[in-house]
Amino acid sequence: MARYEFYGYRRENGRVGIRNHVIILPLDDLSNAAAEAVANNIKGTLALPHAYGRLQFGEDLELHFRTLIGTGCNPNVAACVVIGIEPGWTGRVVEGIAATGKPVAGFSIETNGDLSTIAAASRKAQEFVQWATEKQRERCSMEDLFVSTKCGESDTTSGLGSCPTVGNLIDKLDPLHVTNCFGETSELTGAEVVCASRAASKQVGDKFMQVFNAYQEVIERHKTSDLSESQPTKGNIAGGLTTIEEKAFGNLQKIGKKTKFIDVLKPAEAPGKGPGLYYMDTSSAAAECVTLQAAAGFVVHLFPTGQGNIIGNPIEPVIKLTANPRTARTMREHVDLDVSGLLRREMNLDEAGDRLIDVMLRTCNGRLTCAEALGHREFVMTKLYQSA
Amino acid sequence: MTTSFIVHDKADTVGVVVVEDVQPGKDLTGWVMETDETITLKSLDPVPLGHKIALRDVKSGDTVLKYGHDVGRAVADIGRGRHVHVHNLKTKRW
Repeated sequence: MARYEFYGYRRENGRVGIRNHVIILPLDDLSNAAAEAVANNIKGTLALPHAYGRLQFGEDLELHFRTLIGTGCNPNVAACVVIGIEPGWTGRVVEGIAATGKPVAGFSIETNGDLSTIAAASRKAQEFVQWATEKQRERCSMEDLFVSTKCGESDTTSGLGSCPTVGNLIDKLDPLHVTNCFGETSELTGAEVVCASRAASKQVGDKFMQVFNAYQEVIERHKTSDLSESQPTKGNIAGGLTTIEEKAFGNLQKIGKKTKFIDVLKPAEAPGKGPGLYYMDTSSAAAECVTLQAAAGFVVHLFPTGQGNIIGNPIEPVIKLTANPRTARTMREHVDLDVSGLLRREMNLDEAGDRLIDVMLRTCNGRLTCAEALGHREFVMTKLYQSA
Repeated sequence: MTTSFIVHDKADTVGVVVVEDVQPGKDLTGWVMETDETITLKSLDPVPLGHKIALRDVKSGDTVLKYGHDVGRAVADIGRGRHVHVHNLKTKRW
């Protein structure tokens, strides 16, 4: 089936990327300015500023490292410059990324100052970007592809059209040994038992329920209301979604009708059981979730929206689809695929799924998504609790 | 005939309006996806695109079904053809 192939960048460790970024990765909030200066100096590089990295501890610190190292390891990244305030933790991130075999170098600011650090890091970034821009795409098969999904600013059209379209794609890609990922733990509330029944084994279903119940405990501990306007969001409610249960069943349409999930991942954890569908424990906030999935090594993202979430990610292209005819009309520049024909019964789900596969493969071959063209690069680290 | 609302499952209490012009007193045609049936309903409220319309009379306290599943409880009596949203349907969770 010639239809099911794409052209990607095969990396040193055998994994395949669909973009060829050279990233400037700050270890911590303090190093954002230097990272952005380097990206400004050296064209074709991309800084990923973020808010954290100081005085974190325990599981939250582990997640910080897992997210940064995973971001650098993502095969959409050709090479990486890491900048941190001090050499110890900077070196830990460099070492983690170096395990992939890709070029990576670390720079630290203490005893050097911003200006010397920026100069040294810029020289290395120039070397990396000139090396990376000679890389060529090669023909790849579907087993090389890692696809994540998460929906946002959902409305009832998401459950009717755009989420089932992703589900149709998942049901078609799973037998081709694609690695797929869904998440959004709080957004399965009310549909958790149905979700657990889609696990490939009782053991995996039990693991999912443990993760689900732990997240519910966090919500129960901190909530001051029934979360209306947070989950569902105010946008969800404007779009006609009333309860979290209703939103959850719409969300779950994304995993199709038959595909089973084979494991439950921690946030930003790379899949370890080979091809198949994975569940990842994530927040349901769009940028947090996609950042975690990108850090786990997923290279292309499918994002159904109802009311028009505009999220992008710096390293993982985000493809938007909507079944809401008004969103398709009023926010056209954000919509990669309009499936509102499903609601008018002008197309069926099978046709919508095929169209999404086409858009996804064109994106894999290099076509920029709407979010990429518009410059959406939301890189948002998940923080589990207060810093020390 | 334009499909004005769509129903996921035959057992559902509510359908979703998929057009932008549903006003009170309008005769609507709906499509039940599970069974591929066509059904009709008269709207009693203005119901915006994407919002739910009651397919049958619902008593306060009753469970509302969508996707064939429990999506919350009615907190007011809801007549067939009425708009169903945060004013008359609440979560059972949280």
